[in-house]
Amino acid sequence: MSATAHASDPLDTVTGIPNGKLGLWLFLASEVMLFSTLFTTYLVLRMASVEWPRGWEVLNVPLAMLNTFVLITSSVTMVLAFAKAATRDKKAFNKYLGLTIALGFVFLIVKGFEYGAKFSHHIAPSTSIFYAVYFTMTGLHGLHVIGGIVLNALLLYWSSKDWDHPLFVGRIEYAGLYWHFVDVVWIFLFPALYLL
Amino acid sequence: MAHKKHDAHGSQDFISKYVFSVDHKVIGLQYLITSLLFLLFGFILLMILRWQLAYPGQPIPLIGRLLSDNLAPGGVLSPTFYNALGAMHGTIMIFLGVVPLGVGAFGNYILPLQIGAPDMAFPRLNMMSYWVYLPGGMLMLLSFFLPGGAAQSGWTSYPPLSVINPGQTVWLLAMLLIITSSLLGSINFLVTALNMRAPGMSLWRMPVFVWAQLVTAVLLLLAFPPLQAAAILQFMDRVAGTSFYLPANLVVFGETVRAAGGGLPLLWQHLFWFLAHPEVYVLILPAMGIVAEIIAANTRKPIFGYKEIVGAMIFLGGMSFVVWAHHMFVSGMSPKLSNFFLITTMIISVPSVALLTCLIFSLRGGSIRFTTPMLFALAFLPLFGIGGLTGLPLGLSTTDIYLHDTYYVIGHFHYVVVTGSIIALMGGVYHWFPKWFGRRMDDFWGKVHFWGSVICMNGVFFPMFIQGLSGVQRRLYDPTAQLHNLPTQPLNIVSSVFAWLLFVAQIPFIWNFFYSMFKGKKTEENPWKATTLEWACPSPPPHGNFEKTPHVYRGPYEYSVPGHKNDWTPQHVEA
Ligand code: HEM
Ligand SMILES: [Cu+2]
Repeated sequence: MSATAHASDPLDTVTGIPNGKLGLWLFLASEVMLFSTLFTTYLVLRMASVEWPRGWEVLNVPLAMLNTFVLITSSVTMVLAFAKAATRDKKAFNKYLGLTIALGFVFLIVKGFEYGAKFSHHIAPSTSIFYAVYFTMTGLHGLHVIGGIVLNALLLYWSSKDWDHPLFVGRIEYAGLYWHFVDVVWIFLFPALYLL
Repeated sequence: MAHKKHDAHGSQDFISKYVFSVDHKVIGLQYLITSLLFLLFGFILLMILRWQLAYPGQPIPLIGRLLSDNLAPGGVLSPTFYNALGAMHGTIMIFLGVVPLGVGAFGNYILPLQIGAPDMAFPRLNMMSYWVYLPGGMLMLLSFFLPGGAAQSGWTSYPPLSVINPGQTVWLLAMLLIITSSLLGSINFLVTALNMRAPGMSLWRMPVFVWAQLVTAVLLLLAFPPLQAAAILQFMDRVAGTSFYLPANLVVFGETVRAAGGGLPLLWQHLFWFLAHPEVYVLILPAMGIVAEIIAANTRKPIFGYKEIVGAMIFLGGMSFVVWAHHMFVSGMSPKLSNFFLITTMIISVPSVALLTCLIFSLRGGSIRFTTPMLFALAFLPLFGIGGLTGLPLGLSTTDIYLHDTYYVIGHFHYVVVTGSIIALMGGVYHWFPKWFGRRMDDFWGKVHFWGSVICMNGVFFPMFIQGLSGVQRRLYDPTAQLHNLPTQPLNIVSSVFAWLLFVAQIPFIWNFFYSMFKGKKTEENPWKATTLEWACPSPPPHGNFEKTPHVYRGPYEYSVPGHKNDWTPQHVEA
């Protein structure tokens, strides 16, 4: 069990869970704490305020709906990318991972339209506590989407030279876990902000 | 530093070996030096401030003239600079000093060795933790040079003032970096301790120090993200004009603050203390782990109640998430809620007492060696006890209403963090110094440092209890401005003089540390004849730590086992 043995055999750990996977789960645990804090904050602020606009009256529900589908689809393509990596089908893997990245971009672009429309009506985070919550939470989620895109793009780039690396498939799996997490956060954000 | 002969990886240049190193030992030493420097800096800030408390309104000797006119006009500390000093002292001591020392330095260096691992689970992530912490710390210091000066709203950064005061934006950015660093670190520690243990090193054979780091890592992992979220919201309030923490129609200095309103200042307090209470265990648990290691090695007998100690630590960690609002008894909470936090606080004091009791019982019947590290560990026991016991009246809402925000509080938590954490961490430096550098620190100067520090620390902090009980508030710029503070004003002079003497007492330590690093007496692998695994590899350990992965056959503290002819049996020795 030297340092190099650890690196080459990801399963050679006491718990049997590869280091990367355990690390990622712990990271996600901290992310859960981060977002639950924000959701709690949202709840507390809403309960304390005299009036709170109905999400569907002031926000663009159809665009958000579209974005929900985009993200769910991207989760599916991510799963497929992982499956193709596992069955060593490089071409299909590249295709699905590329699609996932592209869908991430679509999400951001749609979001950009949403933000743009608000700004053009002179609505900004400082407008009201509702918009403060809206922009901050969706903004932070957007940053997580960007993070996921960067991660996936790096993996796509590495796939050409690291395809046979023993940890490669594992890395795709972890990137997938992260991407699903970002997706799940949106699944909570969407009803909380737009539908309630 | 003395690594020379062992570098298996040959042609590492200076930069990748000492600056951007991925070796947990080098990173541990980087943390060690950096955090000690931050501690010193935070202490210097307070020495300046203590002048104003002892001799309010008089120009500061020597330093006064060096400070610019808007900080100290005519050499007299200005009120805003006073506030900045206080706020930065607290922030630096906690987030840049004690935590990086206890976790970043000791955890990084010792934990992998004690579980028999070749390195941390993610060496490059480990490097990144340090290189996010350092810029965060530098940014924090740079805020002194901002036009408006450094943050002035205390280390707690309570809104609405923190949203309005200058300096705070950079404070928030620096905090975000420091939090990120801690998060990366805690993931690394957890995975390492769970996944990289040597064969035979079951959870119940891990030394107390490893358990302490494990619980600490869980606290950092789960308690810091809420503060991160809270800091993001405060950041938005400052730069994007939101009002998460600002109510409508807020009037500050006679002017209405332009904000949409709808926010809640109390929200910050809840989010902040949800982190900051667990944080006090982050400050103290590594220290307790170190004390346990030192006591075991120097009493030559097993720790009393090993499993109870570990159980208490885990219980403490869990409970620490449900007591936060005992810092908010005077915030207008409903009495029902107050009672909940009062009761949970009383419950959480039980494991702390159990821990301390186990450590004290560990001394019974031991043939104690009064080495320098042992002196520090022994001093920890009663002094931390004072810190803990004086906390009880603060946890009871009725007495807290009187004591809240007085110097009593300052006295209480400095007994915990200074005569508690710092004393133990100092002991840890003496204990593991031979492992780090293959040399020993000088014993005589170590004892001078010990007695000087212990006496002066009590001289600084004990008077604060008396002041607090007589109603002197904390964060006062000029204590003589109120009549009721005048009778205890002489105590401020006592406290300040001891603070300056405390500085003098650190000089032997600083000298001893650097001198011994290069010129100290050479030691063998295991100078204390200790049983845990870190002593089973060369001092300093080579890259990759162990020549052969050790196999663990027994619990961590097998000293004086009846029927054995040796006084001790290391964990990795068979039968
Ligand atoms: C060893 C030398 C130390 C001395 C002489 C000292 C002294 C003081 C004094 C007099 C105050 C009150 C300042 C005020 O009225 O505004 C204070 C505040 C504080 N100290 Fe220390 N301290 C020391 C070390 C530490 C350490 C090691 C820590 C933390 C680990 C610490 C954490 C704090 C905190 C959090 C505050 C509150 C700051 C605030 O009000 O925002 N101190 N200290
Ligand atoms: Cu607390």
